[in-house]
Formats: sequence, structure tokens, C-alpha cells
Amino acid sequence: MAVGQESLLEIRDLTVQYPSAHGWLTVVDNVSVSVGRNDIVCIVGESGSGKSVTTQAAVGLVQSKGGRIKSGSVKFDGQELVGMGNKQLNRIRGNDIGFIFQEPMSSLNPAYTVGEQIAEVVRRHRGASRADAWKRAVEMLDRVHIASAASRAHDYPHQFSGGMRQRVMIAMSIACDPKLLIADEPTTALDVTIQARILELLKEVQKDSGMSVLFITHDLGVVAEIARSVVVMYGAQVVEAAPVDELFASPRHPYTAGLLGAMPQVALAKGVDPISIPGTVAQAHAWPSGCRFNPRCTYRQDGPCTTNPVPLAADDHGLVRCALSASLRSTLSEMVVA
Amino acid sequence: MTTPCLSVKNLNVIYDVGGKKLHAAKDVSLEIAAGETLGLVGESGSGKSTAGLAILRLIEPASGQVRLGDTDVTAANRTELRAMRKRMQMVFQDPYSSLNPSMTIEQLLSEPLIIHADIPKPERQNRVGRMLESVGLHAGYSARYPHEFSGGQRQRIAIARAMMLHPELIVLDEPVSALDVSTQSQIMNLLRKIQEDSGTAFLLVAHDLSVVRLMSPRVAVMYLGEIVETGPSARVYDAPRHPYTAALISAVPFPDPKRHRESERIILGGDLPSPLNPPSGCRFRTRCPFVMDVCAQEAPPRIELDGGGHAACHLHTSGPKLQGDSLLGFMASRKLTTVD
Repeated sequence: MAVGQESLLEIRDLTVQYPSAHGWLTVVDNVSVSVGRNDIVCIVGESGSGKSVTTQAAVGLVQSKGGRIKSGSVKFDGQELVGMGNKQLNRIRGNDIGFIFQEPMSSLNPAYTVGEQIAEVVRRHRGASRADAWKRAVEMLDRVHIASAASRAHDYPHQFSGGMRQRVMIAMSIACDPKLLIADEPTTALDVTIQARILELLKEVQKDSGMSVLFITHDLGVVAEIARSVVVMYGAQVVEAAPVDELFASPRHPYTAGLLGAMPQVALAKGVDPISIPGTVAQAHAWPSGCRFNPRCTYRQDGPCTTNPVPLAADDHGLVRCALSASLRSTLSEMVVA
Repeated sequence: MTTPCLSVKNLNVIYDVGGKKLHAAKDVSLEIAAGETLGLVGESGSGKSTAGLAILRLIEPASGQVRLGDTDVTAANRTELRAMRKRMQMVFQDPYSSLNPSMTIEQLLSEPLIIHADIPKPERQNRVGRMLESVGLHAGYSARYPHEFSGGQRQRIAIARAMMLHPELIVLDEPVSALDVSTQSQIMNLLRKIQEDSGTAFLLVAHDLSVVRLMSPRVAVMYLGEIVETGPSARVYDAPRHPYTAALISAVPFPDPKRHRESERIILGGDLPSPLNPPSGCRFRTRCPFVMDVCAQEAPPRIELDGGGHAACHLHTSGPKLQGDSLLGFMASRKLTTVD
């Protein structure tokens, strides 16, 4: 993890809560993520890990859904976002920070042409004239390799395929040259051949523009392809953070190693059965005591893993939240591809 | 050769879309032996789910023949088909919508017994309990409702229900794709164990090639309604004979960052053509990196391959005339991206 004054986005000890029948539930618990300039950081986790809420909270998008930021700080380009008014946040969102989400169809307005929708963003955030904004929209569609962009700009979202719609979303999100792009599972709903093209496009756009990308996914294959550094979340907490090569070569948390070993590709490459992580993902109203992963962990030891919360500790790779980390090192490394 | 569990010959499914004919599955032929798994893999719009549904006659095929053992499924009338249902079952992708939320697990699992077998209630309860345990759930869960279970547990329940009548065949339509990675492997391992114990044959419909390879010794690859390549999984994955198969394999992101930096992949251009107006000749030609003139003119011939299976591609008879060889060597010689 690229920590330091150079960071573009610095999420520090962020805790987010949502109301529920069980009272306020902590769905993001003391999470820190740092995204440097010209950097690509992946947050990886399964459903309910808190990976999406972390980024939504960082840009002020949980309050409108009834959530609250209990504590923590989010610095973007030197500015504190926690506590900032909506008016100011709106100026940053869509302008300095672009977004793409899993389902492009629900992020696009079916009643307007894609050209109008991209131009609207440019006019609103850049104060461009109608003509200039339209020109920019066409330029952006061309940038994401939509053939005959000038004429396709007049088409409506339903006239595009799923992969093309995601290109349109990328065009819209980068139209104002954001410093940061937040991509929340942008390829999950797409076929693998289409996913491959979207990932290529994102890498290309990132490289050309130098913007930073915070990429949220559940797929470690996608992480390996796009990330420079990785944050693994489980049960609302960061359980491991490391540069991408280190994380894949030698995962330090049993959950990370288990996720890798559960992947069919890894099992096939090693010629073994995929690892099953027993049990189910921990729920916010019933975190186990001690390490939150302990009920599913093969290496669990009563006492160190089950009594007190396990702190996130620095090691030579990055950060890991495991009471047995030092003794498990070689065991966990063996679980990944040789 | 013994009678296969499932034999499908030239199955065609045609949907009527606003007066236009959409050929969703075209001349699909396949066989599955008793106790075997065949993987049917493809992307959205490939017709793989349509084929799976038509095999069970959950949608009516336009033509073709489906045989379950010695029985002709396609010729069966409604009563016969209903009786046949206990021999062939289905597990759907989404365990949240495939289980009736107002029924208890016991009701869900005993329903097939009530409909198809005349079994007294105590014995039904017994069987439900035993089945729950064989899918890794407590027998005591039978009074609970679906919403009390996680996605993975619900998929176990759906599998248990499909297994209640010991069917000869189960069509598994994307059985793990809605699940988290950590639960996916639990369900895959469970399915393999159940098959070992019961000898039930599976038609595994899936988009995830790794899942298919882990689960099935043989695979069929579909594109735009047609099977483009079949064969033993290891052969198909390590030495694909059809460019679409090669592209599909290379597109799956492998969890190793070094491998991504060091290897190139085939990126398919264009989008899936409209199935209402499929390309002439080879249906894949509009996205194929090796397209030749002949591909637009003639449907590709079906090349029988050494070691079983076939591929439908002109490259084997025209142009480089690969004669059934792997595409990988040819691609390297063209300095095109390889699939590793």
C-alpha cells in the first residue's frame, strides 16, 4: 500500500454504521485505504465484506441511505471530505472523482441519448457550451473505442450492448478528466470476453491520463490483472493489504489464501480439488469474538484467535490481521500456484 | 456401446420475436453417459440455457430428438412427460428465486415425493432428513423457511430437492455463479460427491470455463446457438481447435499478476451479432481474428478430432488447413496472441 503524503485518497480509520433491527450495525470497521497518484488499488472481498460501503462512505454517499460515518477521515487531494456539505461534494463527485458501477443500464437514463448524457456531465461540471460539450461527448465515445462515435452519440442506451454501455459509462466518468475513478464491480455483469476488453480499456485510459483508480471486485483473477496494490476485506475489516505481487506470491491471511485456493483456475493449475472455506460469510449483527474469520479458519487456535480482537499489524509485505501470521507463513504460501 | 443416459440429436429451438424467427439453438447434438457430467459452456446469448431447458422440454423444441435412456422425451405426451419428470430434474442459478419462500424445507423436499411417489408421511420425513444430511445440512432444519438460509445453503436445498427422486439426469443451469467464491467450491465438491454416490448424470450449463473443467470430463462450447467445439475437457482447454474456444479460455483472468504482465491474450473485437440476423456462413466470423473469405460463404464443416469430439471451423480445411491440429501453434506462427 502506497502510504505517504503523496496519496491522492487517504481513507483513515473509517467506521460506517447502518441502522437495523439490531441497532446500529458497523458495516465498515476502522478501515484505512490509501490510493496514490497514478495508482490502481483494488479492494477485494465477498458480499457483505464492506468493500462497496467503504468507497460510498468515502465520497459521502451513505448518509442519503440512512447510514452514518461514526468516525474516521477521508482526505482527497488534501481536502477533508467527511463533514463536507453536499454542494461542495457534488462539485468533486463527477468532476474530480468519476464513478462506474456494475450495472451500466441502471446508471444511464433510458430517455436521453448517450451523447446528451455525457454532454450534460461536461456542461454541469465544466460550464462548457452545448456545442463544446457535445464535441467532448463524441471525443469521449471515440476514446473508449465506440465505432462511428459521432453517429452513435445520437443513440439511446437500449441500442447498445452490455459491454458497449459499460464503455459509455467509462466515457462519461472520464469526460471531466477526474483525478480518481471509482469502479465498483464494473465487469461483474459482463461476459468474460467482454470483461477482458473493458479491463484492457481501463488500463489504457489509466495509463494515458495518469488518473488513479480505486477498483472494487470479488474476483481475484481481475485483481491480478489490474491492481498495483490490494486491500482484502472480510467482516467489515481490512484483513490484509499488500502490493499485488506480494499478495499473490505469498498471502499472509488464511482468508486470502483460502480465496485463492478456492478459485477453480488455481485448483486446476495445481491439479488438486478447490479448497472449500467451510461455513458462511460472517454477518454484521453477529460478529464472532476474537478474529472475525475464526469460525471458518482451518488454523484457528482457541485463545489467540477467539478471545480478543486481532489487530492489523505491519509485516514486511504490508498489513495483516492474523494472530498466527508469523507461524502460518510457509503453510499459506504453499496454497498458491507454484 | 451401451445406451447413453441422454442423447440429443439436431435439437432446434426457435423463438417467435415480434413475428421474426430467432433460432436460439441450432442443430444441437450431444450425448451423456450414465453418471457422467457434460459441460455446456458459452456466454450470454449462446443458447446454452435454452438448450438445457429444451432438453427437459421446459420449453418446446421446434425439431430434433431427445432420448432419456430408451425413452423418447420429444415424442411424449403431457401425461407421459409428467411421469418422466422424476427421471430428469433441474437446478437453477438463483437459489433466491427457485425456492418457494412460503414453503418450509420439508414441504419443498417432500413435494416431489407427494407428486411422483406414493409414500406415507413418516417415510417422507425420514427421506427428507436423510437427504438434508447428504447435502451437508442438519436434518433438524426441515421446519425452517428458505429465507433463513444463506445463498450456498439454499443451493444445497435446491440440489436436495432435485435429488429426492433419484433422477437419472439433472440439468444444472449455472449452479454456482450466483455464489461467493468461498461457497462455490463447497457446492462443486458437493455435486461431485453426490454424483459419485448416486450415479446421476449432469448436464452442467455454465459460462465459467474453470468451473466446467473442474466438474466435467467432457465439454461442449456454444456460440450464437451452435456447438462450435466438443471434446475431452483437458484437450479442449490445453489445445483448443476453434478460435472462439481459444478466445474464451484466454479471456478468463488468471489469479497471478506476473502471468498477466508476461502473456498476451486474444481480445475479441465487436459484439455478439443479433441472433435475429446471424452472420452468413460461420456465425463467429464477424469476431474471428482469423476470418477468411470462405467463412462468409459456407457454413464450416464439422471436423472429427483425434481423441474425441469435433470442431466446426474452416481453418481446418481451408487457408492454413490445420486438419484438426491445435490452434495454438498456428496462432504463434501468425504472431498472434497465445492463450496461455
